Amino acid sequence: MSDNITITIDGVEIPAKQGQTIMQAADDAGVYIPRLCAYNGLEPHGSCRVCTIKINGRFQAACTQPVAPGAIIENETDEINDIRKSIVEMFFVEGNHFCMFCEKSGNCELQALAYRLKIPAPRYPFLWPDRQVDASHPDVIIDKNRCVLCGRCVRASKDLDGKDVFGFVGRGPDKQLAIDATARLVDTDLDVRDKAIDACPVGSIMKKRVGFAIPIGQRKYDKKPIGSDIEDKNK
Amino acid sequence: MANDEKPKVATASLAGCFGCHMSILDIDDRILKLIELVDFNKSPIDDIKTFTARCAVGLIEGGCCNEENVHNLQEFRKNCDILISLGDCATMGGIPAMRNNIPLQECLDEAYLNGPTVHNPSGIIPSDPELPLLLNKVYPCHEVVKIDYHIPGCPPSADTIWEMLVALLTGKKIDLPYGLIKYD
Ligand code: SF4
Ligand code: FES
Repeated sequence: MSDNITITIDGVEIPAKQGQTIMQAADDAGVYIPRLCAYNGLEPHGSCRVCTIKINGRFQAACTQPVAPGAIIENETDEINDIRKSIVEMFFVEGNHFCMFCEKSGNCELQALAYRLKIPAPRYPFLWPDRQVDASHPDVIIDKNRCVLCGRCVRASKDLDGKDVFGFVGRGPDKQLAIDATARLVDTDLDVRDKAIDACPVGSIMKKRVGFAIPIGQRKYDKKPIGSDIEDKNK
Repeated sequence: MANDEKPKVATASLAGCFGCHMSILDIDDRILKLIELVDFNKSPIDDIKTFTARCAVGLIEGGCCNEENVHNLQEFRKNCDILISLGDCATMGGIPAMRNNIPLQECLDEAYLNGPTVHNPSGIIPSDPELPLLLNKVYPCHEVVKIDYHIPGCPPSADTIWEMLVALLTGKKIDLPYGLIKYD
């Protein structure tokens, strides 16, 4: 049997290869599926559910779901986009996201998803959790107020940097990012060149002293929506 | 159109910095077109202090940090057909909400007793009945009254405010282009 198959996304047939995930096949075909915890070069995590799609009428995560011959997939529908919106809104109320002074603003994937999905304000009440900032490291700062628990730093540190700087502690609403040291980031072997730092989609793990090198208004998602790089393949 | 037939707009600044009101004025010469379209009622822009007529649109800058804000916001809800949260403080709490994970007493102690620049020999924390009571937290407007539209931004750009107002006042569909919904 050939590895080459065809799947249908929003009524358009696209080629795919057996063993790919739906997200990989869509990316190759220039179809953007919104995502947060998925990151190029890392094993998918399947935890944020922003990539929710419908395959043959059932909700699945596009980043972990393998393609299947003839699969009928819904991506850009009102129903699915409303689910994605509500997930992004939950991220906003679960943390303390102050975009107006966040150095990541304009380059933040959470904010960019909200822009793309046109979220004027979250529909849920804000929780205002009490979270910590760790600025002990000479070159890197962690602001857990902004962490969305995507696990990208955890996986990048392990799989790309060959270290184990980050992990999670606690469960459910108490789940938090933790570091491989009893107290401070400076006591870990984190280096400013680690890929784990760039892997953070939000302003939770940030390099010091470069935050405003590119001014607000000229950043990645200021002019073009997130996913444009993928969609431009189709043009 | 005769003057008294124009729809009326009211504005208020609650727990905000007046930046959003500055951004309203930032529509520059379009303000001339705006006053052809509307009359301003209660607003810091014309200094009218109480509602004198029912308003088509109310623009609220800032969330609620004290009881006076809540009262004011409820007044706006009663007197306006469409109520709009203008700016991040109104839509999400904004900078004033940074106190929301610190107990109120601790905030007051820091501001009036323990802060590094505090000079307060009497050690009194202001509690005059004239002063509006602080709320336990700062609330975005939609957690206090029903809000019909949200315009995020710190502040929202003049273009965003203009597009939104013109669409509302001329009965067009509101569909802000990418780049006008901003949280910074
Ligand atoms: S610190 Fe950043 S990369 Fe790590 S889990 Fe939190 S949001 Fe994800
Ligand atoms: S991107 Fe698929 S679950 Fe997060």
